[in-house]
Amino acid sequence: MNICVCIKQVPDTNRIKIDPVTNTLVRKGVPSIINPFDTYAVEMAANLKERFGGTVIVMSMGPEQALGALRVCLSVGADEAYLISDRAFGGSDTLATGYIIAGAIRHIEKLEGIKFDVIMCGKQAVDGDTAQVGPQVAEQLGLPQVTYAADIEGSASNVIVRREVDGGFDLTKVQLPTVITVVSSKQMPRYATYATRSDAKKKTIHVLNSAAMPEIDTAQCGLNGSPTRVVRTYTPVVVKNGVTVEGESAEEIADNLIGMLDAKMLL
Amino acid sequence: MTRNEIWVYVETENGSAKSVGYELLNAAKPIAYAKHAPLVAVVVGKNVRKAAEDAIGYGADSAIILDGDEYAVYSTDAYTDALTELIRKYEPETLMLGATVNGRDMAPRIACRLETGLTADCTDIGIDEGTGCVRWTRPTFGGNLMADIICPDKRPQMGTVRPGVFRKAAFDAGRTGKIIEEDIHVSMQKIRTSVVKHIEEIAENVDLEGAEIIVAGGRGMGNAENFRILEALADAVGGTVACSRPCADAGWLPRSRQIGQSGKTVSPKIYFAVGISGAVQHTAGMQGSGTIIAINNDPEAPIFDIADYRIVGDLNTIVPVLTKKFLEFKKD
Repeated sequence: MNICVCIKQVPDTNRIKIDPVTNTLVRKGVPSIINPFDTYAVEMAANLKERFGGTVIVMSMGPEQALGALRVCLSVGADEAYLISDRAFGGSDTLATGYIIAGAIRHIEKLEGIKFDVIMCGKQAVDGDTAQVGPQVAEQLGLPQVTYAADIEGSASNVIVRREVDGGFDLTKVQLPTVITVVSSKQMPRYATYATRSDAKKKTIHVLNSAAMPEIDTAQCGLNGSPTRVVRTYTPVVVKNGVTVEGESAEEIADNLIGMLDAKMLL
Repeated sequence: MTRNEIWVYVETENGSAKSVGYELLNAAKPIAYAKHAPLVAVVVGKNVRKAAEDAIGYGADSAIILDGDEYAVYSTDAYTDALTELIRKYEPETLMLGATVNGRDMAPRIACRLETGLTADCTDIGIDEGTGCVRWTRPTFGGNLMADIICPDKRPQMGTVRPGVFRKAAFDAGRTGKIIEEDIHVSMQKIRTSVVKHIEEIAENVDLEGAEIIVAGGRGMGNAENFRILEALADAVGGTVACSRPCADAGWLPRSRQIGQSGKTVSPKIYFAVGISGAVQHTAGMQGSGTIIAINNDPEAPIFDIADYRIVGDLNTIVPVLTKKFLEFKKD
């Protein structure tokens, strides 16, 4: 089973702070991590390779800093890594990103002389939180998709995806090749060992720019290829002039609160 | 030529509509009014006429139905093919969908096939003053940043909107509107996925989005046991117990009761935030509440910034007393 895993390097959104003076996002000093959902996708792919054989190729679209993230993937189960990087790709919204990644996947298939059976993505990246790129890659490639996958069961010829839906799970059978977006993995993402890390260091990460990939029309990339525009960003600071409910004792505080709510007809 | 219509996709499951479609009809109403645009509900499924009729009662001017065996169970392929064909036929100006599991599964595919813009998981919608486009507002960077997004040139302009952000209009049985049954079908051979089995996992089906009063606990609750005092308060005020993410992570309450960026979004009339510090990841899911009452021993807790009523103190002392007083108040 040949698998391509699309990953993204993202700022650790749990450690992002808001500048109290300017009310803007402080990105400086925020560590970069591999999008957590992508780490589950890499683990799932490594696990499938162990069960069914084949190759795991990991790819990322982004700036050169993402080489580090790809190197980590090489130490936890990926065989080859590709960085898709070009200034022309910057500023892409999800439609343009899906177009570029789909074109890059076709190109990687040619370079490697293989066909991917499964293309995996994390269900969404924790910086953009759109969950749109996976399905848009599937649409560009004309492939079926199963989103919100928590596990892959069955066999190589009968792939059953455990899909998280409202109130439980669907077991969804899907024809290959397919795109699968991953929400979690049964096994926790494995750790690199000293040996796997030093093996990963010896590998070459292939870097592809737009000139290297004639499949990709740069007019459909970046801002030009993006139908959406961000017109404003701001920090969600809502400060209400709330009332502090005072009192000498808990009883008094409770009485005061109930009195205030009652006065506003809220009870 | 693009018609002026605003479409709201009303998602159904086993023939009955999910609330979010009707919420979106209400949310889209002011935009439709300002643009003099017809508001159209689009319903896909098997035996969904009732859902379409109800959509009229909830504010749609008219409805379009796609009914067929191939739509009985959701599939990406059938729904994408059918809706894309329908959109190409009518060329609506705008399409809004609920940001549900399946809404977020098919909306990107439809947008991609139509080569148009889609904004994900919005928490507000309005009109962009400069262009007259729909302004889609969404949290990003884990709720740390809000972005206003428009789709200036391509049509339809599309967005998925989070369930629970808007309230349904009061149902008006007297409203009438045309219901069109479109004869669009997708061959079963074109559907490349099939649901082999559905497994119900969540034993309790809690309707947080529909709750009028929510009593939510945070990390400050300390342990699962302690949620009993919140249950007592919820019983006293007729509310539903919920929690912030750390509590669900710790297994104190099930995921189905988690509120926030990675949980549910709610807008009850009254929201009690007990022992909740008020990180943006949590407030993203509850700041639309009518009245927020926060109880926390840390006077600097950010939750107090968005609270209407602030109680600084030990929750273990205050909550039981508050429960007792609410019960006494009800008796009077």
